[in-house]
Amino acid sequence: MKNASSPQNFLRWFDPRYRQIGTWGFILNRVTALGLTLYLFMHLIALGQLAKGAAAYDGFIALVENPLFKLGEMLVIAAGLIHGLNGIRIALNSFGIGTRYQRVMFLGLMALAVVGIAIFGAKMFLFS
Amino acid sequence: MSEKWNITLIITRKKGDETPHTQAFPIEVDPDEYVLDGVERVWAFHDRSLTFRHACHHSTCGACGMRVNGVEKLTCITTIRSVTQNGGTLRIEPLRNFPVISDLVVDMGAMYLRLDAAHFSQVAPLPDTGLPFEDDPATEDPQFERLVDCIECGCCISACPIATTTSTYMGPAVLAAIEHRYRETSDISLLNLADGEDGVWRCHSAFECSAVCPSNVDPGWRIMNLRRKVIGHRVRRFFGIQTQEKVLR
Repeated sequence: MKNASSPQNFLRWFDPRYRQIGTWGFILNRVTALGLTLYLFMHLIALGQLAKGAAAYDGFIALVENPLFKLGEMLVIAAGLIHGLNGIRIALNSFGIGTRYQRVMFLGLMALAVVGIAIFGAKMFLFS
Repeated sequence: MSEKWNITLIITRKKGDETPHTQAFPIEVDPDEYVLDGVERVWAFHDRSLTFRHACHHSTCGACGMRVNGVEKLTCITTIRSVTQNGGTLRIEPLRNFPVISDLVVDMGAMYLRLDAAHFSQVAPLPDTGLPFEDDPATEDPQFERLVDCIECGCCISACPIATTTSTYMGPAVLAAIEHRYRETSDISLLNLADGEDGVWRCHSAFECSAVCPSNVDPGWRIMNLRRKVIGHRVRRFFGIQTQEKVLR
């Protein structure tokens, strides 16, 4: 049987076992892309509350003050940083720039993402 | 007196339409032997029905690519010591992303046909054989030729996450061959061949191909370099800049 498209093969995209660091970049980009797409839909639903009037929107805003939603927002920021910074690496590599150093670039940019996540996290949870 | 280890080879078996299953073979080995030696020992002393590919035993033919403990290896140059320990196990599986014919033998026909379409040449003048960023004075004399680095083992295609989900993707080995051939010939048709949905744009930069390549081909680098060439060609074409086309030898 040929390696026809199948759910099992798709799941292999998210299986980092026995693979190198490049696969982590590959997986992170896909997971964060799915997360950001989901967030975009949720964001549009949230904005849709505006059409229902001020009271509906205020009620929604009160709901998202919940710490769980704050954690969700933190995840959105993390996904944005990881996806964006990893995307810069991929874009540069795709133009033949820094391809030989893609591993170092990935590690450096992910370190930068961690710093960014920590700063945003501190701002959201400690100094808000 | 050579050191002796007792290890267990857990080999994936599949004949015909069978569901793949594993079979364990405890064997005694010298840890400085190669994984292929262990597989051959299983065939010679335990089960003559075991099928696997091999030929040269010195990393020239590319026939013995297999997955060893989950990682693509050229088993004729992978020492047992480097992948397990005394009393340990070695999981031997066929390469992924190729149809399995029998046990560890996969059908690499599609890859060979694509390499043919890319006019892959197994021999090239010395300056064209290595990677361009390698500074090797020994490869400067164009009057001499040698075998190119790619041994068509298929390890890169097995490791590629994109080849996992589509059999129509050309794959790292073929795109690397196109890049190599283009640098040698400047044939524009090679860029057109790579510039497609199943060509150079399908790569998603996991670089697993370069990580597992046993032969210094660095397909990941070559795919990205090929993209640059394709983009350059597209830009020149957009602005109507003539590119001198060359014909393959």
